[in-house]
Amino acid sequence: MSDTKLQSKIPSGPLSEKWTRHKAEIKVVSPANKRKLDIIVIGTGLGGASAAATLGELGYNVKVFCISDSPRRAHSIAAQGGINAAKNYQNDNDSVYRLFYDTIKGGDFRAREANVYRLAEVSSLIIDKCVALGVPFAREYGGLLANRSFGGAQVSRTFYARGQTGQQLLLGAYAALNRQIAAGTVKSYTRREMLDLVLIDGKARGVIVRNLETGEIERYGAHAVVVATGGYGNTYFLSTNAMNSNGSAIFQCYKKGAFFANPCFVQIHPTCIPVHGTQQSKLTLMSESLRNDGRIWTPKKKEDVEKLRAGKIKPSQIPEADRDYYLERRYPAFGNLVPRDVASRAAKERCDEGYGVNNTGLAVFLDFQSAIQRLGKKVIEERYGNLFQMYEKITDVNPYNEPMQIYPAIHYTMGGIWVDYNLMTTIPGLYAIGEANFSDHGGNRLGASALMQGLADGYFILPVTIGDYLSQDIQTPKIDTNHPAFQEAEKAVRDKINHVFNIKGKTPVDVLHKELGHIMWEYVGMSRNDAGLRKAIKLIDELKHKFETDVLVPGTNDEFNQELEKAVRLQDFIEIGRLIALDALDRKESCGGHFREEMQTEDGETLRDDENYMYVSAWEYQKNGDPILHKEPLNYEFIKPSTRNYKN
Amino acid sequence: MKFTLKVWRQKNAKAKGRFETYKIDNISPDTSFLEMIDILNENLIREGKEPVAFDHDCREGICGMCSLYINGRAHGPDDDITTCQLHMRKFKDGDTITIEPWRSAAFPVVKDLVVNRRAFDEILQAGGFINVSGMVPDANNIPISKLDADESMDASACIGCGACVATCKNGSAMLFVAARVSALAKLPQGRVEASQRAKAMVAKMDELGFGACTNTQACEAECPKGISISHIARLNREFLWANLKD
Amino acid sequence: MSNLLFSSIGKKFVVSLSGCFLLIFLLMHLGLNLTALISKESYDAVCHFMDVNPLVQAMVPVLVLGFLVHIIFACNLEFKNWTSRPRNMRYAVPTKTKEVHWSAKNMFVLGVLVIGFLFLHLAHFWSKMQLQHFLGKEGTNAYEILVYQFSQWYYCLIYIVWFIAIYFHVSHGFWSAFQSLGLNNAKWLPRLKVLAKIYALVVLIGYVAIPLYFFFCKSCCCQAAAECSAMMLQ
Repeated sequence: MSDTKLQSKIPSGPLSEKWTRHKAEIKVVSPANKRKLDIIVIGTGLGGASAAATLGELGYNVKVFCISDSPRRAHSIAAQGGINAAKNYQNDNDSVYRLFYDTIKGGDFRAREANVYRLAEVSSLIIDKCVALGVPFAREYGGLLANRSFGGAQVSRTFYARGQTGQQLLLGAYAALNRQIAAGTVKSYTRREMLDLVLIDGKARGVIVRNLETGEIERYGAHAVVVATGGYGNTYFLSTNAMNSNGSAIFQCYKKGAFFANPCFVQIHPTCIPVHGTQQSKLTLMSESLRNDGRIWTPKKKEDVEKLRAGKIKPSQIPEADRDYYLERRYPAFGNLVPRDVASRAAKERCDEGYGVNNTGLAVFLDFQSAIQRLGKKVIEERYGNLFQMYEKITDVNPYNEPMQIYPAIHYTMGGIWVDYNLMTTIPGLYAIGEANFSDHGGNRLGASALMQGLADGYFILPVTIGDYLSQDIQTPKIDTNHPAFQEAEKAVRDKINHVFNIKGKTPVDVLHKELGHIMWEYVGMSRNDAGLRKAIKLIDELKHKFETDVLVPGTNDEFNQELEKAVRLQDFIEIGRLIALDALDRKESCGGHFREEMQTEDGETLRDDENYMYVSAWEYQKNGDPILHKEPLNYEFIKPSTRNYKN
Repeated sequence: MKFTLKVWRQKNAKAKGRFETYKIDNISPDTSFLEMIDILNENLIREGKEPVAFDHDCREGICGMCSLYINGRAHGPDDDITTCQLHMRKFKDGDTITIEPWRSAAFPVVKDLVVNRRAFDEILQAGGFINVSGMVPDANNIPISKLDADESMDASACIGCGACVATCKNGSAMLFVAARVSALAKLPQGRVEASQRAKAMVAKMDELGFGACTNTQACEAECPKGISISHIARLNREFLWANLKD
Repeated sequence: MSNLLFSSIGKKFVVSLSGCFLLIFLLMHLGLNLTALISKESYDAVCHFMDVNPLVQAMVPVLVLGFLVHIIFACNLEFKNWTSRPRNMRYAVPTKTKEVHWSAKNMFVLGVLVIGFLFLHLAHFWSKMQLQHFLGKEGTNAYEILVYQFSQWYYCLIYIVWFIAIYFHVSHGFWSAFQSLGLNNAKWLPRLKVLAKIYALVVLIGYVAIPLYFFFCKSCCCQAAAECSAMMLQ
């Protein structure tokens, strides 16, 4: 049953001893040898920055690359809510096991037990590390760390720094990175984009990057390559991801032989500021915490909907009796606090039925009136003041008087490059960490877990496991970038760039990207079905053709050229979009963020199929034709998968 | 809405720049400022002209990538926001909007509205960190007063956008440096090396060609995160004390 | 320590300290001046004291040094700041930050103004008074100089303009010195600004009161009275 190409290398033994035992068994590299070994890290988010800093600290020669002008710009910086850790500081009966169980259950039982357990295990070290690095976490008056609770958990285990936890954690990792740059163990290359991975004798030995300021194509060699470039959410064009976040680096790895796992597991966040028109470039997230006090509703009457859309009445004028608090109606037990995927689908259902508000008909209300009446405006202001202010800046509506409008948006990708227990991909010497890999979140990620995973991989897991691989490489001299493999890869990159310039069509890149986004959102979005997915694949193929014949990229390669950057990325997004659709077509079950309309209960809830789909789908690139699907079976040895129920 | 845009165009760092005037129409008041530039660029590309280069990334006011000096103000006419959070409804229909890059000797222009802010990284590399390695004590072993943690957080909210330098008549980076020095000095973990850090970072700041502070408070007024100049006072204190001790 | 004077903050430190010294000097000088409002005798007595007291004589070079240090270091910083924002890097649309006080942006210009008037002042007062004593000569009576100088309306005007410039210079300089010395925080900033305003107002009103007093009460009125009585006598 097990695929020979997919060796997950999960250590034997009891769940709680696997990581300790593994660490004891794997090899280490002596300090003298570490100095001789080069490692390339692509990306400087939480995963990349923490990994590069830690590897540098250990004594390796590290080269770290980012596409922005500074490592600090990585999109980890935008995470708001917090970071989970099984510290049990609140003495509310939290434990490593409970965090592990919550995470794997939240992921709808599509993640590896051993990986998730290890994540929970190192979570508490992360907090120690971050505090030591100077992260100003929120504190109680007594001076100890404060916690709050988050979705999918019954304990208080989320550490936070106001609404800017991601920023503070990233600044911590960035500071650690700066320290190593100053010490000379890490060399930082900014405004560089990885455009290809170089393999020598089947091993990852370097990268080809484009200097985004000058357009120069540069070669860098190393004994191992780590990709930490985040997810591929921008395939959908409109998402909560940063504009420059892209899937190109992981896609190059995929094209060079790394398997792409679970691409269809994409998280859609229910509370984002809705699209206001066709000129929109980006969606802004409103923290999940708002659902603690906000009530979600749409009008009951169609005529009210019409009047609202036409701007004839204000939402506050609609009487209580004419409002449909649909989450409270459908899920009496959890009400407005159902998990992200459930809330998102319910909003879509209302809008599909024609009850959506906003001029686009694609928004629902998040109302604080009853909370303001119950608790007073002051309490609400204390809790959500900064979010309300942000909302007003963007929409010009004061949420103290009128309800917020929200709509779901693409937020995170659980899928990514397939990795084994050591975080190594199917290419020897190539590692993937953080959102770029698929390993820990299964079909759905819990709130405050992305930061945890990025830092766990970067600070504590990769720096240990990479030694096992590099210990066999201590005899290998510096990688020669004049090797034919580098020449070949560089040529391929130059050809690719010349190719997009030579199309000389009429359509700007963004227009095509928006088209891709429409296809993805319509057919590969919140709810998917066989016919729709097939149609999406067809439409994506057509779009690819359109790109190949009609894209217009101005300027030249030898300069700062943002249109070229976007064009090269879009080429990959189109392919990724197709891969997402293919995977979604294969997975004929509803699970986590992936909802197949064919697989639902009578009242529209998800229906998982553990019998047939208890696997990780890992796609192998084929130069011609569709990729090949490999399956890594998920064996649950220690826990029993159950069904999620939020109704009663 | 309709606008006349006067945009700074500069081919590269060495080229001489100039203003170009563009007309733009059919802009919704709900459009963000950067989306307006997106539209301008789309029009330019379709006309066979070169689009305007500008820095941007998260578009939610936290990454610090976006810049732009709009009608004489860093991050435009609204307070406490970055350019990406600025919306066109803040302008009047028919307005002429002048868009310039950050200007300071330490931030050379890369192209059009894009500048090189690597000097900020260099300052932080000079000492904007805590020297700890490997395994560390339990997080709750060091109790920290809530007030200190809050003040550290106030300073640590800096997004490194460079509006302070751009708006300061002296091109001074004091608010940026002070924010980092202060954020770490307020925490016991960072207190240990506070003197050394202040000395190293100020030396780097001076070396890189940033100007000196003349306490005009322009930086504080234009900081999208509202970081107070009281942190500059702390930096001065740390720095002077560190030097007077030697 | 040795590096201190080469750093921007170190130079600011020197400017602030010398500035504080000058602030104290300004107050003391005002105290002496105000005696002129009391009577000619008291003013003459004070002037005599200043001429002969050895401590005062020792402080004169210190004061000169204070001025020189303040000016030299401030100029040094200002010139460095010009290179940080060179001419070709000015904005086409000038900065429109509302919160920035005019004087804060124009300390250098104000400083130059103040120095210019200072030389005038030295030429018309100090050179005829204390300097003569240092040279071992008998100076003109100080009170008479006051009466003479402030009987000219344009001289009064120059003097008032001078102190308006000083008002703006010190209303920023006062709190700015504390800030640069690191003796400030979020709570004290507004307080220091209020103190700065009070100090600057005291200096302005105090110094301006003297020419006004002499112009209106001593010269004009006296002249008018003298002319009147002369006519009566005729």
